[in-house]
Amino acid sequence: MKILVCISNVPDTTSKINFTDENRAFDTQGVTYIINPNDEFGLTRAIWLQQQEEATVTVATVGEASCEPILRKCLAIGADNAVRIDAFPEDGFYVASQLAAYAEKEAFDLVITGRESIDYNGGMVGAMLANYLEMPYLANCIQLEKEGESILLQREIDGGKENLKGKLPLVIGAQKGLVEEKDLIIPNMRGIMQARQKPLEVVTPIESEASSSIKSYEKPPAKGHVKLVDTGDIDQLIDLLQNEANAI
Amino acid sequence: MSVLVYIETQNQEIKKSSLEVASYGRAIADAKSTSLIAVCFGLEDSSQLAAYGVDKVFVIPTAGDIHFNAERYSSTLVAIAKAEAVDLLIVSGSANGRFIGPLIAIKFEASYFSNVIGLPTAYDPVEVKRSCFTNKAFNHSISKKDKVVISLSSNSFGLHEKAAEAAPVEGTYSPSSFSLEVVTVEQSSAKVSIADADIVVSGGRGLKGPENWHLIEELANVLGAATACSKPVSDMGWRPHSEHVGQTGKPVASNLYIAIGVSGAIQHLAGINSSKVKVVINSDPEAPFFKAADYGVVGDAFEVVPELTSKLKALKEA
Ligand SMILES: Cc1cc2nc3c(=O)[nH]c(=O)nc-3n(C[C@H](O)[C@H](O)[C@H](O)COP(=O)(O)OP(=O)(O)OC[C@H]3O[C@@H](n4cnc5c(N)ncnc54)[C@H](O)[C@@H]3O)c2cc1C
Repeated sequence: MKILVCISNVPDTTSKINFTDENRAFDTQGVTYIINPNDEFGLTRAIWLQQQEEATVTVATVGEASCEPILRKCLAIGADNAVRIDAFPEDGFYVASQLAAYAEKEAFDLVITGRESIDYNGGMVGAMLANYLEMPYLANCIQLEKEGESILLQREIDGGKENLKGKLPLVIGAQKGLVEEKDLIIPNMRGIMQARQKPLEVVTPIESEASSSIKSYEKPPAKGHVKLVDTGDIDQLIDLLQNEANAI
Repeated sequence: MSVLVYIETQNQEIKKSSLEVASYGRAIADAKSTSLIAVCFGLEDSSQLAAYGVDKVFVIPTAGDIHFNAERYSSTLVAIAKAEAVDLLIVSGSANGRFIGPLIAIKFEASYFSNVIGLPTAYDPVEVKRSCFTNKAFNHSISKKDKVVISLSSNSFGLHEKAAEAAPVEGTYSPSSFSLEVVTVEQSSAKVSIADADIVVSGGRGLKGPENWHLIEELANVLGAATACSKPVSDMGWRPHSEHVGQTGKPVASNLYIAIGVSGAIQHLAGINSSKVKVVINSDPEAPFFKAADYGVVGDAFEVVPELTSKLKALKEA
């Protein structure tokens, strides 16, 4: 089984989000980058399949050379090889078209993307990639088990879960639940050493045009002060929620 | 060029987030002086859509499919969109809406915008405001294609009634070359889901253990609210993952969000920021949540919450 895990390089979750160039660009100053958390759940699931099914795990990202540290981290976690498609990820459509061009040649059985990236929150790469590759797509995937020729899947839906059955090849949008937080693999020294020897291939992008562009950014308006209510005066809280906030 | 909305239903009822999508679609159709078309699957009575400004409703018989089928639904929507000269297609921000949105966009050769807030600020080309960095910021995006698919952020536009005809037409269900088969659906025992809730009551590590969750549930019951929790609470197995809200969990955009024993870490706040009114109950006056909240009580949850619940209950019964 050949697995591709698509990785997005995103600002650490504690990053302060600021913009430069008259709010036309994200300010990368002082920002550290991590593997997009949704992708990391997917990667861990792929590593388990690598161990159980002797699958090979390739990680790929569309990004500039600055993304390579997170690809090395994926290799240290256990991926067999990494691919960097050397382009600026302009929008989700562009990213999906680049990944598709690479994946088409490799005949992967299972393609894992994150449900969404936590920076641009597009939530579109997996679905679009599946469409390019003519494979079914499952969003919000919280379980994937191989049972003979079948794949048993679970999708989180509003207010519940959906159990599905399918076959490979397949594309999923991963999120927490696919594996648990405690299952995430923290690279050890051996993994980090091995990662240095593993192949990280840089691929030239294909001709493709983004379907959208970002004109500007803005930050949410500053929050007013909190109104504190005394513990002895819960009636006042109820009154404020009813009559000032119209919330209950 | 007309506007098309995908209407989601559950147990033969139109979901509130879809009525919001219809309201939003009507406003766009008015701005473009065009008509609004709705598409729904397997719905027997679509007359309610007339109150939300829908001119024409395609009702699709779904053959044997009793469950949502992303592949066939998206193909059907695209076929109708093409036949009806649609250039703007809108889905909700629900789990199914976000699933189907990008599938429609790629088949329809349209650009796709998720998490959209408010009406487009321009139409030629379409320009929208959307949230990004998990609610820590917004961006203004411009379409480079002449067709656009929008996923509207839930609870960002509201319901607006406007009378129209909503003339029903029977549509055709598209086949699909491949599909995943839904075997079963497990509805959670919670009465209200986080995505659909007007009010969300959320508990953090400050509640000390799962045995104390009746405090959260009782308050939620009185308010008709959904229950939620912080990430460590779900990681420790006190509550199911489906209740984990925040940057790496579910987003919350309710009218009222009540956080109890939640410190207000940046990752938690990111996910719940778009809720309209935020209340925090926390024993530590320095908890960061107080900087993000509208109303706060510095106090012990084990005392404040039962009192709040019983007073609200008395009020409801009065
Ligand atoms: C990559 C990453 C992603 C993350 N994503 C998320 C996410 O999506 N969602 C999320 O929630 N977190 C997320 N986190 C975790 C986040 O950083 C915090 O650790 C977490 O939100 C804290 O949860 P908490 O508020 O329940 O617990 P704590 O921070 O321990 O806070 C408990 C609070 O309860 C109060 N308290 C204690 N006793 C009482 C009492 N008797 N009455 C009233 N108050 C009391 C305390 O004063 C304290 O403020 C993420 C972290 C990382 C690194």
